[in-house]
Amino acid sequence: MRDVSVIGIGQTKVGEHWTTSLRHLAWEAIHAALADAGTEAVEAVYVGNMLAGALSRQQHLGALIVDFAGLRGVEAVTVEAADASGGAALRQAVLAVRSGAAEVVLVVGVEKVTDMVGASGTTAQVAAADADHEAVHGVTSAALGALLMRRYMHENGVELADMAGFSVNAHANAVGNPYAMFRRPLKASSFVKGSMVADPVNLFDSAPAGDGAAAVVLCPTEMAKDMVPSPVRVAASSLVTDAPALHDRADPLVLAAANTAAGRAYHAAGVVPGDIDLLELHDSFTVFAALQLEAAGFAQRGEGWTLAKNGDIGPQGRIPISTCGGLKARGDVGGGTGVYQAVEVVQQLRGAAGDCQVPNARRGMTLNVGGSGGTAVVHILESIE
Amino acid sequence: MSGTAPAQSTHPAAHPAVGVSPLMRPHYPVGIVGYGAYIPRYRLPASEVARIWTDGKGGLPVREKAVPGLDEDVATMSVEAARNALKRAGIDPALIRAVWVGSESHPYAVKPTSTIVAEAIGAVPNTQAADWEFACKAGTEAMQAAIGLVGAAMARYALCIGMDTAQSRPGDALEYTAAAGGAAILIGPAEESLATISASYSYVTDTPDFWRRPDDSYPSHGDRFTGEPGYFNHTLSAAKALMEALETSASDYTWAVFHQPNLKFPQRAAKMLGFEQEQTAPGLLVGDIGNTYAGSCMVGLTGILDITQPDDRILMVSYGSGAGADAFDLTVTDKVLERRDGAPMTRDYVARRTEIDYATYTRYRRKLRTK
Amino acid sequence: MELPRHWRLQNQRYGLVGEVCDQCGVKLFPPRDVCPSCAEPAHEQYTFSGRGQVYSHSTVYSAPAGYEEYAPYTVALVKLDEGPMLTAQLTDLGDQEPEIGMPVEMVTRRLRAEGEQGMIVYGYKFRPVMSQGS
Repeated sequence: MRDVSVIGIGQTKVGEHWTTSLRHLAWEAIHAALADAGTEAVEAVYVGNMLAGALSRQQHLGALIVDFAGLRGVEAVTVEAADASGGAALRQAVLAVRSGAAEVVLVVGVEKVTDMVGASGTTAQVAAADADHEAVHGVTSAALGALLMRRYMHENGVELADMAGFSVNAHANAVGNPYAMFRRPLKASSFVKGSMVADPVNLFDSAPAGDGAAAVVLCPTEMAKDMVPSPVRVAASSLVTDAPALHDRADPLVLAAANTAAGRAYHAAGVVPGDIDLLELHDSFTVFAALQLEAAGFAQRGEGWTLAKNGDIGPQGRIPISTCGGLKARGDVGGGTGVYQAVEVVQQLRGAAGDCQVPNARRGMTLNVGGSGGTAVVHILESIE
Repeated sequence: MSGTAPAQSTHPAAHPAVGVSPLMRPHYPVGIVGYGAYIPRYRLPASEVARIWTDGKGGLPVREKAVPGLDEDVATMSVEAARNALKRAGIDPALIRAVWVGSESHPYAVKPTSTIVAEAIGAVPNTQAADWEFACKAGTEAMQAAIGLVGAAMARYALCIGMDTAQSRPGDALEYTAAAGGAAILIGPAEESLATISASYSYVTDTPDFWRRPDDSYPSHGDRFTGEPGYFNHTLSAAKALMEALETSASDYTWAVFHQPNLKFPQRAAKMLGFEQEQTAPGLLVGDIGNTYAGSCMVGLTGILDITQPDDRILMVSYGSGAGADAFDLTVTDKVLERRDGAPMTRDYVARRTEIDYATYTRYRRKLRTK
Repeated sequence: MELPRHWRLQNQRYGLVGEVCDQCGVKLFPPRDVCPSCAEPAHEQYTFSGRGQVYSHSTVYSAPAGYEEYAPYTVALVKLDEGPMLTAQLTDLGDQEPEIGMPVEMVTRRLRAEGEQGMIVYGYKFRPVMSQGS
């Protein structure tokens, strides 16, 4: 198996891109990533996307996007794992390079949520849940988050205000990220006053869906050293599944897929949680941030929330998270999220994260979660000495 | 199918005595094996209707009426009443050969409510299923047919439901009373019954006192014409004919229950037939739940069955606009004592109550134009 | 029109009919034919009592398409007395606040209608256990 590294990254600003189509967003990110890598010799493209079939009435994104991006003829395919599509696409790219099937591979994660307006977005998102046994009862993604949050607060004696730290941190970090959807701080006192989406999840607790695309170029580490000044190696890649329906899990408050995926990644990279300098996790709701910190070994069961309360998740904290705003403030890019996370970690490891920079970041981790926890993808990235 | 009696060489209905009396008696004795009520939990006080439409100055025909929730309709309400009847009867639903739902507010104009009920209670597929229509007597009409079906030993059990979520035009006199609720009655062999039914009688004429045309949302009515030529003529005629044929009078009955479009009509009819207030009190629910149309006198009957004693005799008379009245003669058996605690009582549903205002009512009844 | 998929699930939606695993005896709802505990086939039907407790709940203010007319409504994870957990709406709460641990019972209600002309989808919801003997 060959060692794999990232040699190029690109991303668009996350937001409401009314004048830009899905293919155009993808092209922008691809164009930036290829320019960053200094090559156009791409042999395969993996597209991470979740909602295009429902919201843009467009599938077959592999062919569509490479054709539009001037790469007609290149092997290309869409990888779908709900919100974890981007991470899953990245993993397919890593496997392709590792195996020797391809030399230079590109991953693009793209989501276009503003092609339709009204309740269609909410409806499309909940397709990640069990349609016959969850969605038919009128649950939404926010409601699934809320069911977890209510139970989490109940079991652990947590107040709503105790969760504020996650959103406050995300917004504070996004101020320095030119690609973020909401570059403005959020006060803890405002957090508890957000208008209700699905009790107890309010507007300031849930991530805003936005349009965006991010891309990453991979190649064997041996080759990477000759191509770019500071390649970032993929130290670990893992993907684990769980029951997609919340009610089918033995303990809904344990994200078992995330736990196993993180464990496998630590083992593969030969590290422990304490060796991770920053973590881009899937904070679509604050309770997900808490549960993922627990699943990834940064807190005991039921104690993830204390990291936010104690300031451990800030850029100078014990485990910085959502360093460029996370889903909460950079914006929730659905199936593109996993690729954004990788781009952000690479920026940090290059020391190029600008105002978002985590000091001395050498090893970063991404945790991309699909649905309410049915898929978890973990990547550990390291700067090369 | 087993349970069918062998064909007889001489048909009992060919006997010269049959048909001389207008009374309908089954060949084999039958009765009520199980019963169940359902009343939704929301209540609109009549004073709320008056507040909106008469400045609070009009008279109030009832205290309040039962209103279904947004996720309720005649199918869901019938399912719960049917489940209650089955809990009391304790029978295998696969032995039911007919599921009949009488209503004037079926959720579909074309597509049976009864198949939904039959599927939900586990009576499919070896059953008949049909929806019955005769204004407020659609449910008792089904009961008479069920008496025939079981009385001829074509079936061991037949389930009859009278249930409505009655419609009324905003501001109309009926808006004070048009309510939701009803009951399920499981007809079976007399030996298994908690109340036997000795005979019934049906009095029908063509009297257009109340109707709804196919494309209308709300029914129309003949105002005062609904009283004398409609309700009273048919109700009293049916009751009198039944009692005359059975040689009974009001004093032979422990209880009586009539169709209840408002408080006044059934009380006046009872009085005219010689019944005392105490005889009708436990079945007179209209003041608390309103007029539940096809459910009205059937849910009144379940109210009586909840408190009755063995050997009590009950007169039930329904009325359906259009018009007709069905009268039944029932005698309670000792089985009522062991069965009635098997499901929620009618009064439990009456007591389960959340008051709503007129604005909430218009939303729950989908009277707000949203497109 | 999603007619066939709703029709196919009527048995479980109307009657709370699940399964028992042939191998390990665990009771399954929703029915899934393959036991998640031991991966053996589960074929024997089992009708649940419909009694359970609220494990968690949320009130939805921003509803997906087809559910707008019911909002706000309460959804819950309900732990059935026989073991399995399911997702369902709580109904008939009246003035009662939903609570974790609240005993509930199954009722059959409208889940949604496919527009003004479409079919009506019926299925299980749960309500606070009705008090009897008032």
